[in-house]
Amino acid sequence: MSDSIKVGESILSVEDISLNFGGVHALKSVSFNVNKGELFSIIGPNGAGKTSMLNCVSGRYNPQGGEIRYKDHDITKLSPNHRADLGIGRTFQNLALFGHMSVLDNILVGRHHLMKNNFLTGSVYWAGGAQAEELEHRRACEDIIDFLEISHIRKAQAGKLAYGLRKRVELARAVALKPDLILLDEPMAGMNLEEKTDMARYIVDLNQEWGMTVVMIEHDMGVVMDISDRIIVLDFGMKIAEGLPEEVINDPHVKQAYLGDDDDIAQVSA
Amino acid sequence: MSGSEMLPCGDFRTSYKADTTIFSTKWTRNIMILAVVGCLFVPLVFDLYVLNLAIQIAYLGIAALGLNILVGFTGQISLGHSAFFGVGAFASAYMNNQWGIPVFFAIPLAGLWTTAAGMIVGIPAGRIKGLYLAIATLAGQIIIQDFFSRAEWFTGGAYGALAQPFTIFGFAFDTDERFFYVALFYLVLMYVLGTNLMRSRDGRAFIAVRDHYLSAEIMGVNLTKYRILSFGVSSFYAGVGGALFGHYLGFVSVESFDLLLSIQFLSMIIIGGLGSVSGALLGTIFMVLLPEAMEFMVSLMAQTSWGNIPAISGGLAYIKEMSIGLAIVLFLIFEPEGLAHRWKLTKAYWKLYPFSY
Repeated sequence: MSDSIKVGESILSVEDISLNFGGVHALKSVSFNVNKGELFSIIGPNGAGKTSMLNCVSGRYNPQGGEIRYKDHDITKLSPNHRADLGIGRTFQNLALFGHMSVLDNILVGRHHLMKNNFLTGSVYWAGGAQAEELEHRRACEDIIDFLEISHIRKAQAGKLAYGLRKRVELARAVALKPDLILLDEPMAGMNLEEKTDMARYIVDLNQEWGMTVVMIEHDMGVVMDISDRIIVLDFGMKIAEGLPEEVINDPHVKQAYLGDDDDIAQVSA
Repeated sequence: MSGSEMLPCGDFRTSYKADTTIFSTKWTRNIMILAVVGCLFVPLVFDLYVLNLAIQIAYLGIAALGLNILVGFTGQISLGHSAFFGVGAFASAYMNNQWGIPVFFAIPLAGLWTTAAGMIVGIPAGRIKGLYLAIATLAGQIIIQDFFSRAEWFTGGAYGALAQPFTIFGFAFDTDERFFYVALFYLVLMYVLGTNLMRSRDGRAFIAVRDHYLSAEIMGVNLTKYRILSFGVSSFYAGVGGALFGHYLGFVSVESFDLLLSIQFLSMIIIGGLGSVSGALLGTIFMVLLPEAMEFMVSLMAQTSWGNIPAISGGLAYIKEMSIGLAIVLFLIFEPEGLAHRWKLTKAYWKLYPFSY
């Protein structure tokens, strides 16, 4: 997969993003470009600023400098809920499900911006067309449930599920947004090999069959190298490498960032 | 790990419509309809004492549902609910007395007035959460209460306001027997509306805001809008409940809407079950009937030989109040998730008997 670069139009372009928390420079003028239909990975050691980068794209953080463009919109200052309307979905590193809701309701919340019924039409459920709309979106959610193989836990309370399943429900909820760009923050963290294999399959399917552009943060190098089209590497808030998986893995700066300075590596970079 | 919903053997859902009904089975739905129909005969069977309690349960239950939407479903603690209850009562009486709007229309209109008041008091919710918001609503309660006692044009000041009985085409629902039907109608209507709200888009958004506001926002929910909207919807229920209260008593006085009533509304929904529509009603029933039950116990006690002991006979009133408090505390210890949860467990017990799970 990695040998076929998809050259398409850019869907997300990040230019010179800088993010500071007081004196801490979480991101120092990071720029990259994600093309439509790409499976793009962000890697880097802990604390490198990967999640901060994703938070800037999804709107949780407002960067102090730079510009984020998504499909011809400048979204740098846009509030997170409007980014959902534009078609950006994401999952979180630490689970962020609605714990007291059923799995199905969690996924239906993802349809929020696609639905029109409000507190008035919703209250008169049968009369104002709310029922028809709810059922229509229920159908769409069931497709996602089928795809992610969580039909057996549809009615279960999300907060009581096992970790691997919760990760999957979170992915389902993000997919329900019908995003064009989906941001995945460590989708495979804490999973066993079997669950990782499943998750990798879902991500590749989302990318290739559902046509979503994927931006993924992941620590499991095997998965990242296998399924990514392109990769950037962050370290201490700076982009240190960008390119195809095989280019990145052989980059001396990357080795240095991951393994630290070593006599051998010093020779390589010299 | 599978679905927590227990369906009778052989009950398979073949359409999404059948899977989104309010009641899980036709049987429960029919029982509920039967219960409502049965309620129609209450005035024919029971005396005024019971009717009075039933009407109280109805108007307080409507307001409690409103508070549950705000506190239980959206997760915003409010200490100002009785003020909204009062706004509804005064607004309805005012529109009827001053503008000649029939009570029939004044009640829902009063709900709208209260919605506006609630959304204004709820504006801080766009910025603050949790206990800080509770204090902000406390300020709202005090300001509105103060407004009631000063705005004589609106409330009649210390004299209070007269409220005309509910009439339709000249037929006045001016006795308890008649008003019971009005109260029952509104109770059923508001609970159906509330149930529908919570199974549609905006209801889910409220719960999403409560459970995880950060991811709710990422999912496209406008936090500020839904936080304030929740105040509005909640106040609408309080306003309708308050208006019914006013037209039932025929007189609205400023003192009725104090902080204590706000706290009582909170205890209703906590006892009934936060985040449960039926819990709001169960909690209201509990809170209305508990003092009556205690009163009854105390009067029984007075008749026994203990009634002759001066320390006890003199302190019966205290015993009553303290046992109400004790009952609530014990309740919270043994069933912190409320009556609605207890009801679920009871159902499960019968379903699974003789196994425990």
